[in-house]
Amino acid sequence: MKKIILDYPLIAVGLLLSLFGIGMVYSAGQTDISTFVTPLWKSQLTWLFIGLLCAYAIGKSSVRLIEWFTTPVYIFVLVLLAVTLVLGSGAGTAAGTKSWLTVGGIRLGQPAELAKISVVLMLAKVLSGRKEAPTSLLELWKPALIVFVPWVLIMLQPDLGSGIVFIGIFFGMLYWSGVPWTLLVLLGSPVISLILSFSTGLWGAWFLVLLALVLWYKPYLLEGIFLMVANVATGVIAPILWDRLAPYQQNRLLVFLDPSIDPRASGYHVIQSKIAIGSGGPIGKGFTLGTQKRSGFLPEQHTDFIFAVVGEELGFIGVVVALSLFFALLVRVTGIASRANDSFGGLVSFGLMTCWLVHVIVNVGMTLNLMPITGIPLPFFSYGGSFMLASWISIGILLRISGEGRGRNI
Amino acid sequence: MSNHPNDIARRTRLGIIGLGLIFGSLAIAFFRAQVLDHDRYKLQSEENRLRAIPLPAPRGIIYDRNGEVIAENLPGYSVSIASAKNSDSLRSELKRLGEVIPLTERQIEAVLRRYRREPHRPTVVISDASFDIISILEEQRINFPQLIIQSVPKRFYPDGPAVSAFVGYTGEINEDELNLPQYEGYKPGHSIGKGGLEKQYERELRGREGVRYDEVDARGRVVRRASPEMAVDPLAAPSIKTNIDLDLQRFIANLFGDSLQGGVVALDPNDGAVLALYSAPAYDPNRFTGGIPANYWDSLMSDKRRPLFNKAIQGLYPPASTYKLFTAVTALQHNLVTFDEKMTVPCHGGYQFGNRYFRCWDRKGHGNVDLTRAIEVSCDTYFYQLGLRIGLSRLLAGGVSVGSRKKTGIDLPEERTSKYPYGVEYYNEVYGARNWSNAVILNLSIGQGENSQTVLNMAHMYAALATDGQAARPTLVSRSTPVKERLFKVSPEQMEGLKRSLTGVVSAGTAARSRLTGVVLAGKTGTAQQSGPEGDHAWFVGYAPAERPTIVVAVMLEFGLSGSRAARIASAIIGHYLKVTPTSAIQTRG
Repeated sequence: MKKIILDYPLIAVGLLLSLFGIGMVYSAGQTDISTFVTPLWKSQLTWLFIGLLCAYAIGKSSVRLIEWFTTPVYIFVLVLLAVTLVLGSGAGTAAGTKSWLTVGGIRLGQPAELAKISVVLMLAKVLSGRKEAPTSLLELWKPALIVFVPWVLIMLQPDLGSGIVFIGIFFGMLYWSGVPWTLLVLLGSPVISLILSFSTGLWGAWFLVLLALVLWYKPYLLEGIFLMVANVATGVIAPILWDRLAPYQQNRLLVFLDPSIDPRASGYHVIQSKIAIGSGGPIGKGFTLGTQKRSGFLPEQHTDFIFAVVGEELGFIGVVVALSLFFALLVRVTGIASRANDSFGGLVSFGLMTCWLVHVIVNVGMTLNLMPITGIPLPFFSYGGSFMLASWISIGILLRISGEGRGRNI
Repeated sequence: MSNHPNDIARRTRLGIIGLGLIFGSLAIAFFRAQVLDHDRYKLQSEENRLRAIPLPAPRGIIYDRNGEVIAENLPGYSVSIASAKNSDSLRSELKRLGEVIPLTERQIEAVLRRYRREPHRPTVVISDASFDIISILEEQRINFPQLIIQSVPKRFYPDGPAVSAFVGYTGEINEDELNLPQYEGYKPGHSIGKGGLEKQYERELRGREGVRYDEVDARGRVVRRASPEMAVDPLAAPSIKTNIDLDLQRFIANLFGDSLQGGVVALDPNDGAVLALYSAPAYDPNRFTGGIPANYWDSLMSDKRRPLFNKAIQGLYPPASTYKLFTAVTALQHNLVTFDEKMTVPCHGGYQFGNRYFRCWDRKGHGNVDLTRAIEVSCDTYFYQLGLRIGLSRLLAGGVSVGSRKKTGIDLPEERTSKYPYGVEYYNEVYGARNWSNAVILNLSIGQGENSQTVLNMAHMYAALATDGQAARPTLVSRSTPVKERLFKVSPEQMEGLKRSLTGVVSAGTAARSRLTGVVLAGKTGTAQQSGPEGDHAWFVGYAPAERPTIVVAVMLEFGLSGSRAARIASAIIGHYLKVTPTSAIQTRG
């Protein structure tokens, strides 16, 4: 049996991010008036140890074993998501939702985190089974379905943030499987139509661009017609969909466009977050010394807005360090994907990379109002056992793929 | 899936470039917020954290001419509530507060109005809280973390009602005033001068508000007091010294007591200094400080004697016989009469003009009198004829030129303009060209008819009689050399004659019982006919010492019945000022 060489840089970056993150959870608890957040860093540390154990265990298995487990785990996750819809409860910025699996009043975890890994594995399995990359929309029905079913279950909770992550994973993995970018654009076009439909002019312009793309890519006639119809349809149903969104979801999107419309309520989070980050300045107010956080102006400082604590207390320097660590992690994982022994491993690696990437973009972007507030956690930083565990399970899988991969590229 | 190494290398390269772009733009966004816009956000975070608590400045102290205090500041307490989230949460907070201390619905509405206007500033709930309320609130402090209880200066007038006629009062600035450009920079809850000197000199008396900061958490609880070097101490306004003689003012207030009503003005004829200015009945300006109690306000408004109506500078009354001197002045200016000249028709109690008989006030008649005597005994019959001799247009022109339709320009915002016809055209305009006759001359020449003057204006016009025809603008606060204006010009001999006649009024005329020992008093009585059942208004305007006057006093008693009564009051005032005693005790009988 080939000797497995541990991917030390991956472990190092993962550990650094986790310790940095737990440090920030500790700081998030250091407020003028102690709250339940104060002791949370200890349980986060515990979760890190559990995560490390899982990563070790998975590292001892093999990629084939993981592939073999993929389908049962996927089915198990679907069941779990369905059960959560019945027994779930909410928390944090999304207290009104059902994203927690709760049995007898005890929160067991957020199945969505496990679902993300599971979907990555399942998608990798299906996509790697093909000889050639899909070149038409019709050929995409199977991967699309794999993502669509858990996506619907999660959107029913509703957990918009995780929903976005699924879409990110889907497109990321299609990209890695070699699907031409034009097809990706065509695939994504109904979503773009959905967003642009709020401005008739923009939507019209987009429709012309789409028409040009269709003519250039020359898909099957039926496909082309389907695409156009889908775009028109989403454009038409967008207002209807809008009405069906829960008021807090509508508010979040509106506030994203202009936080000042509701400075005391929905816009409050983002305004205070920006103030925290901006007031941190180049070098920050000092670890645990952020006034926005200490005085309770910064909401959800240990979960969704933990990066604002980084910005406030450690300043631009701290932000750059944190972003650099993430960048290093994601580049490293992309490297693992490119060195993977087989296409399954490569797809899994790239899928996990995309999953983290979407989290980072949406969460970090949200703290500066570059992204709408979707209640999405920051990997390794935000307090939450499920996600810490899921992240280290991912690292475990990546360690295995890296170990079995070709060559060394440290 | 294409697994060609070249394809994978290309995807990897593109992926890493994409990652670089994404992280690069995130870093740029943070650079912008944390480095470029740092100052703006830093300020916002401090505004968040620090609650600014305005510290009201003490108003300037107002002194009288001898350094006695007219208006000062006492320590008081105000209760404010720190920035609420919105008016609903403020309302519920106030409801909660209302369970602990008395708080009417009207007060709550007022707090909400203040809040809506200035939501980021602590909103005043009670601007002048009693000690009882403060002690209750201090006990309940934990339940109301948003409450700010602070010691604030509170306006106080030691002499209360005695000074209200000229000092005015202070009160909270209202919505309409907040919209005026002159009150730019004022905030709801601020106290401003609402009348009198307090209003006239508001800008100077106001002082500069200070500020201190409390460090608060997101729920508004005070964590600690912020560094004192950020605080700005309030700056007390400089004091103002007035010309008022507080001792004289008090004397006048006592003289009027509760029974008399009317107005008094005492001037120094040489420089226009206002020595005293009183209106009876008076109100207590101290009750207005920190919001006037509703029952006091109602009692002021329902009082038929109109305490809030300033009878010295707002009330317009027919000057009656006190005005005869200006009929005489007009005739003298045109050389139409001499002091020993008699009229064709002697006084037998009246004068027949056309088909109307005009009575003299004395039915017995004054006989064949000259001008000096006519002034002394106030003979109407003589002045009817003198007026006819002058003619309407010259009479009116003379009246206008002595300032009968002008404000004196006193430094009080409430002064009203006296009324007097601008010319003959006035009658054509008001009555139509053929609907009036020269009979108006008869009324005008004895100070009745279309002529109503403020007490202040009469004092001002008599200042010209007391000196040489010039009168200085009446001033409470002297800021420059007296602004003098010539009201009329007569020869020195004529001036002497006028003085002799006015002296005669007191020594041997209608005010004979108002003599003073050791000082020669000059002046003129007047009884303004009133159609109402309450009786006539009584006037006396005079000055002393006659040879070198230092004080002019105008007294008007509403429904005072007889000028001699007003004369005795004026005499007492002048006697008190000049420190001499009246020869006879004051009698209140008319």
